[in-house]
Amino acid sequence: MDAPPLIEFRNVTKRFNGKTVLDNVNLSIYENQVTTIIGKSGTGKSVLLKHIIGLLKPDEGTILFRGTPINKMKKAEWEGHRSKIAYLFQNNALLDSMTVLENVAFPLRQTTDLPKAEIEKRAMKRIEDLELAEAVGKFPSELSGGMQKRVALARALVTDPEIVLFDEPTTGQDPIRKNMILSMIIHYRKKYGFTAIMISHDIPDVFFISDRVIILWEGGVGFEGAYEDALKQNVPMIDEFLRSLDGFEDQLTGLLSREAFKMHYSAMLGSTAREATSSAALFGVRLNILSEALGTQAALEALKALGEYTNRYFNAVGGFSARHSRDEILTIFPRKTIEEARKLVEDYSRNLEHGVIDHIRDIASGNSGEATCFDIHIHAGVTEISPEDTIDEIIEKGRAKQEIISTYRCDFGGEEQ
Amino acid sequence: MKERDETNKPVNMLVSFFSTVGRWTIRTVGNFGAMAVFFFLGFINIFRSRQIREITSQTYYIGAKSSLIVMLVALFTGMVLGLQLFYTLVKFGSVGALGSAISLSLVRELGPVLTAIMITARAGSAMAAEIGILRNSEQIDALYTMGVDPIRYLISPKIAASIISFPLLTAFFDLIGIIGGYITGVVLLGTNGGTYFYRVQSSIDMVDIRGGFIKALVFGAIVSCICCFQGYFCHMRSDGFGAKSVGLATVSAVVISCVMILVSDYVVTSFLM
Repeated sequence: MDAPPLIEFRNVTKRFNGKTVLDNVNLSIYENQVTTIIGKSGTGKSVLLKHIIGLLKPDEGTILFRGTPINKMKKAEWEGHRSKIAYLFQNNALLDSMTVLENVAFPLRQTTDLPKAEIEKRAMKRIEDLELAEAVGKFPSELSGGMQKRVALARALVTDPEIVLFDEPTTGQDPIRKNMILSMIIHYRKKYGFTAIMISHDIPDVFFISDRVIILWEGGVGFEGAYEDALKQNVPMIDEFLRSLDGFEDQLTGLLSREAFKMHYSAMLGSTAREATSSAALFGVRLNILSEALGTQAALEALKALGEYTNRYFNAVGGFSARHSRDEILTIFPRKTIEEARKLVEDYSRNLEHGVIDHIRDIASGNSGEATCFDIHIHAGVTEISPEDTIDEIIEKGRAKQEIISTYRCDFGGEEQ
Repeated sequence: MKERDETNKPVNMLVSFFSTVGRWTIRTVGNFGAMAVFFFLGFINIFRSRQIREITSQTYYIGAKSSLIVMLVALFTGMVLGLQLFYTLVKFGSVGALGSAISLSLVRELGPVLTAIMITARAGSAMAAEIGILRNSEQIDALYTMGVDPIRYLISPKIAASIISFPLLTAFFDLIGIIGGYITGVVLLGTNGGTYFYRVQSSIDMVDIRGGFIKALVFGAIVSCICCFQGYFCHMRSDGFGAKSVGLATVSAVVISCVMILVSDYVVTSFLM
């Protein structure tokens, strides 16, 4: 990593009542990245986040902000930095005696000299961005968990922060909402360009959107780097921890988890004669186009439908599938030649019209008030696999052969996207 | 081994006694120091910008909303005083001094003390509970992360509102108490009304009123500081967490405030006399 870190922990130790929570922690967080912190309960993830914003101070060690130790900064200098950091609490920490509008406008009212009308305008802009217009006069206790999370996010973003700290933003939400919140974070990160530091266990989606992963392990940093590198590390305890988080099933789509998929693939290689051929297909749908056209929730429901349909369809013929990015599904067909696999994919694509495209059409017709029109293509790339192929190599081969197998076409006029 | 333990028993008991007393002393002195710093920060932040609206709303809550209960207590306190003092004074043939006795008791002592205790029960407990809940639900941390000083936003308006409300409500208490005394002494028991008010007017000096107001100011500062402090640091209590810590903080706020009202009443009175 060439750029200097935005935030750096040097030998940071924190104890509570004699119990060491952070033990000599060294880590770096870089600008304009999504950094995800994971770790078992009680490993000090929230404690670490609270050190970044100054809610806690280290017992030993130093935290550097853009290369300057925080403890050596003058109060005004630190306040200047801190005003650019926003914190999204795990329990939202909304001011429960205030309405949604008052909550979102609160940081501007208290920390700026903007006129009342301008404050309200900015707060309303964030409220509308987060689709909360109908809740503007309600109190937090009158909102659902997901809406409260969005209000907290609106409040965190209203001051245009440069760094946003997210403490378990998806906890307690269903798979669709979890993905919605993650999508929201990514969408607003792109829109407003902040650095995101997030605690989340929402596997695999959180890894698909993270640039870097920090694994806290027994008070220290067990791993720091890209998620792909974490999987390649040969540290048994961390490996076991990642597997325990991964579970057996992808919550959103019902497909196999990444680890379960790997186990199936290894078992298949073990049970198949070396000369026998197997095939694979990589399916993809452009989630970002779906999101722009239908809204995040509808796009995720469409992705869920595609996952569930793919799982059901290919399980029946002996295949197994898993998601390998937010919107790509890899299916392995054991002991099937490439011609047989192509035939299966062709049948699948013919039936896709009823299984998934109809679902997208229903969602789109529900949103027919929208002025824009869009086409959605479902891609598939069928490839042969040899016993030496790794999963990443199969994905690369599948990606190279991808072509459109089914299309949802706009049928109510308007411009195509 | 057992024999040695038996020999050391008195020594161990002594060490245990001193360590307990020592720990308690250190903790208490530490708490007083922390409370003094807390009050100082809360007080100086009253004069920062964006405080008028919060101070006004807190004055309404602590002052205006407590006025009815304070006046009700004042009325019956005055009536009871009128009753008791009438039957005492009648034995010495000095019923004419009823107005003096009631007004001096109220203005110098009962007015400030009972007003402070009533506000503690009504608003002080609410302050501790409200701040405690804000602490436990991380709303105080949220204020800090939004760049809002929690002491300025939450504590200073309450201290300011208490310092404003306590003397005003004390004045109400004194007035209604004197009327309460008039109802029993004059209306019900037949003392002369003109004598009653003449005695009230002639016996009360400005020094008495000033003394009563000084006490009310001191009580306002003490009660608001103790109640806010107990709520603000309820998460650091060793005897309970979560909702229990809020309950315990509220109990401590009311009990310590009431005790400190009486202790400081003695101290202030001894300075004023």
